[in-house]
Amino acid sequence: MLKSLKIFLHQGKQFIPDVRTAKAPGVFRGRPVISTEKVDEKAFADVCPTGAIGTAPVSIDLGKCLFCGECERCFPHKVHFTDDTHMATNVRERLIIREGEDKPIELDKSAIRPEIRKVFSGSLKLRQVSAGGDGSCEAELNATGNVQFDLGRYGIEFAASPRHADGVLVTGPISANMAKALELTYEACPEPRIVVLDGTDAISGGMFAGSPDLDRSFLDTHDVDLYIPGNPAHPLTVINGLLDLTRE
Amino acid sequence: MNTNILHITNGSRVSVAEIPLMDYESFRATTLELMGDKARHCVSYFAYPNASALRLMMCIADDAAHDILVYACDVEKGATLTSAAADCLALERYEREIHENWGLEFAGHPWYKPVRDFMPGKYKFYEMEGEELHEVGVGPVHAGVIEPGHFRFICNGEDVLHLEIQLGWQHRGVEHLMLEKKRLIERVLLAEGIAGDTSVSHSTAFATVWESLCGFQPSKEVLWARTLASELERMANHTGDLGAICGDVAYQLGAAVYGRLRTPIVNFSQRWCGNRLGKGNVRPAYAPYAFTEELRQQLLSDLAAYERDFLEMCDKIQHFPSVLSRLDRTGIVKTEQAESIGAVGMAAKCAGVCRDTRASHPYALYGGLNVEPVVKSSGDVLARTELRIDEVKQSLAIVRALLEQMPSFDGQMRSAGTPAADSFAIALTEGWRGEICHCAITGADGELVAYKVKDPSFHNWMALALAVRGNEISDFPICNKSFNLSYCGHDL
Repeated sequence: MLKSLKIFLHQGKQFIPDVRTAKAPGVFRGRPVISTEKVDEKAFADVCPTGAIGTAPVSIDLGKCLFCGECERCFPHKVHFTDDTHMATNVRERLIIREGEDKPIELDKSAIRPEIRKVFSGSLKLRQVSAGGDGSCEAELNATGNVQFDLGRYGIEFAASPRHADGVLVTGPISANMAKALELTYEACPEPRIVVLDGTDAISGGMFAGSPDLDRSFLDTHDVDLYIPGNPAHPLTVINGLLDLTRE
Repeated sequence: MNTNILHITNGSRVSVAEIPLMDYESFRATTLELMGDKARHCVSYFAYPNASALRLMMCIADDAAHDILVYACDVEKGATLTSAAADCLALERYEREIHENWGLEFAGHPWYKPVRDFMPGKYKFYEMEGEELHEVGVGPVHAGVIEPGHFRFICNGEDVLHLEIQLGWQHRGVEHLMLEKKRLIERVLLAEGIAGDTSVSHSTAFATVWESLCGFQPSKEVLWARTLASELERMANHTGDLGAICGDVAYQLGAAVYGRLRTPIVNFSQRWCGNRLGKGNVRPAYAPYAFTEELRQQLLSDLAAYERDFLEMCDKIQHFPSVLSRLDRTGIVKTEQAESIGAVGMAAKCAGVCRDTRASHPYALYGGLNVEPVVKSSGDVLARTELRIDEVKQSLAIVRALLEQMPSFDGQMRSAGTPAADSFAIALTEGWRGEICHCAITGADGELVAYKVKDPSFHNWMALALAVRGNEISDFPICNKSFNLSYCGHDL
């Protein structure tokens, strides 16, 4: 008992008091800023392993970006990844960063379905579905529940059964073998229900885009309520994205 | 035995022409004879298309001689071969994989079950007759935030008689894309994405294979950075697993403390390379993120704070009867079982089988660190818990030793050059789960014609299936957590 109390005391205060303003420590490859410096646009775009870099004007699509930092390494004056973790949004186009832009990524409030904030602003339970990912997004989602990030303090948690969930959060590029299980899990959630794509793999397929072993048809028939970019998405990106979606 | 076998060391390259070819009967006989020695185990066995035929490549590691034995065999497409797995269980998943990927038949194989390509809903699971028996199906979508797999239990009351595990749900075509994507950065990212929690060890294996194909010798600081990153990866995952084990036996203090102790380690990785899981930290030929004196001081102070709280928590759980009673003699893997299925890493070391690439086939800077593998004999959940505790302590010592001999970094981008034509390269690394093996073969133009990945989970899922036999089904979660195997690493 005494031992337990000692351990308890030694932990001090671990929780992050305000996740809305918290910074990721040290270097973090978050929302990039692209300068207006003139470069060979084709050479710049060719550096990207996933085709996330567009030309005329130069842009980076965070829905495809794996945050590998290769473009910054090869063109250090053209692009810089800032430590801004707030990258989630509900409109796919908003993940595209154009040259010369340096403004926060925000949600389009007018595009949020009205029932989301009406029903889920005080409590949100999600059923997470892994579909062909590498397990790193799962590791970070588990970290959102630890005593430091403590997502539960906002009434947001991961439910064991889709029957108790308000929607699905998908990780991974959606393998063909998981396509049916994902559809069934979504169908098992009572309405209203949301769809969240967590991580670049889920948003675009990432490095696996175009692989014959994927089946992304789920996304043809269901609207996405939140895109959370990252490889994997940082817990702060996940938490702030979910809060932005569900409350003022 | 065919004495004409090529002996190579970990991380080396040979010309494909040097690899001895034999007919299938001597290939099989040689394999069975070599595998009869307990110091040897199969690290990779795969097929690839070679002209009009298929070539079978066998790579057997000899832990006593510290080398890898390589030989090959050409067979017709669609051929029916005599199964070697029928006489050597450790080969059974390799044969199933070759059958599934290339259509070869292995007559007499003990259990011709799909590895990844099972067409959900079509495969018929193993069945047992009996009025008193019932089946429990779990997954692919599980209760926690975890990857997908299907578990089919056959139980008598609460007792598990048999567990069948069906994987493949995460299959996304890693090996196929390795050949299709031609740019190095694409391949590096594929390697990082084989198992996200082991991205350092998988990308180290890829980088080693690539450098070896190119005949490039990386400099000391590159190897130093890989060694350090790999030990930090081990510490972070072991710490997280200890928290998860505590959580599964409903010991909340342990779950919370170990859960939060993982954070300083992954946050340090972010300070160093910008990613909490070490993605981006390993690249062929150079170290992309310089390790500075400031980082050294940060890590030393992070480790001092970590160690105090970690040891205090370990002391508590290792003397806490209500935790120990759930771990002790639960989910036992016997030594003979671990040997027969070719278990590696934690699953092997906990059952008294000393298999640790850092000691037997050292790579990066491990050769100079003299790692003494942690080996436990009881094979139960407690052994897998204590092994993690001991390995974290060992990693702390390794990391501190490395920090004593910190090299200087120039942060320059370098290229390894281009891969040699008609070559074969192999790299073994010791991820926190166990041995990782990557093999690559180039064609006449120096392009990759085969890339084979083997994650430790490829062998170790069978260890979990054996461990739960005779246990109560309610102990399955703790057994599963004690192995914490990779779905994506297996499914590729």
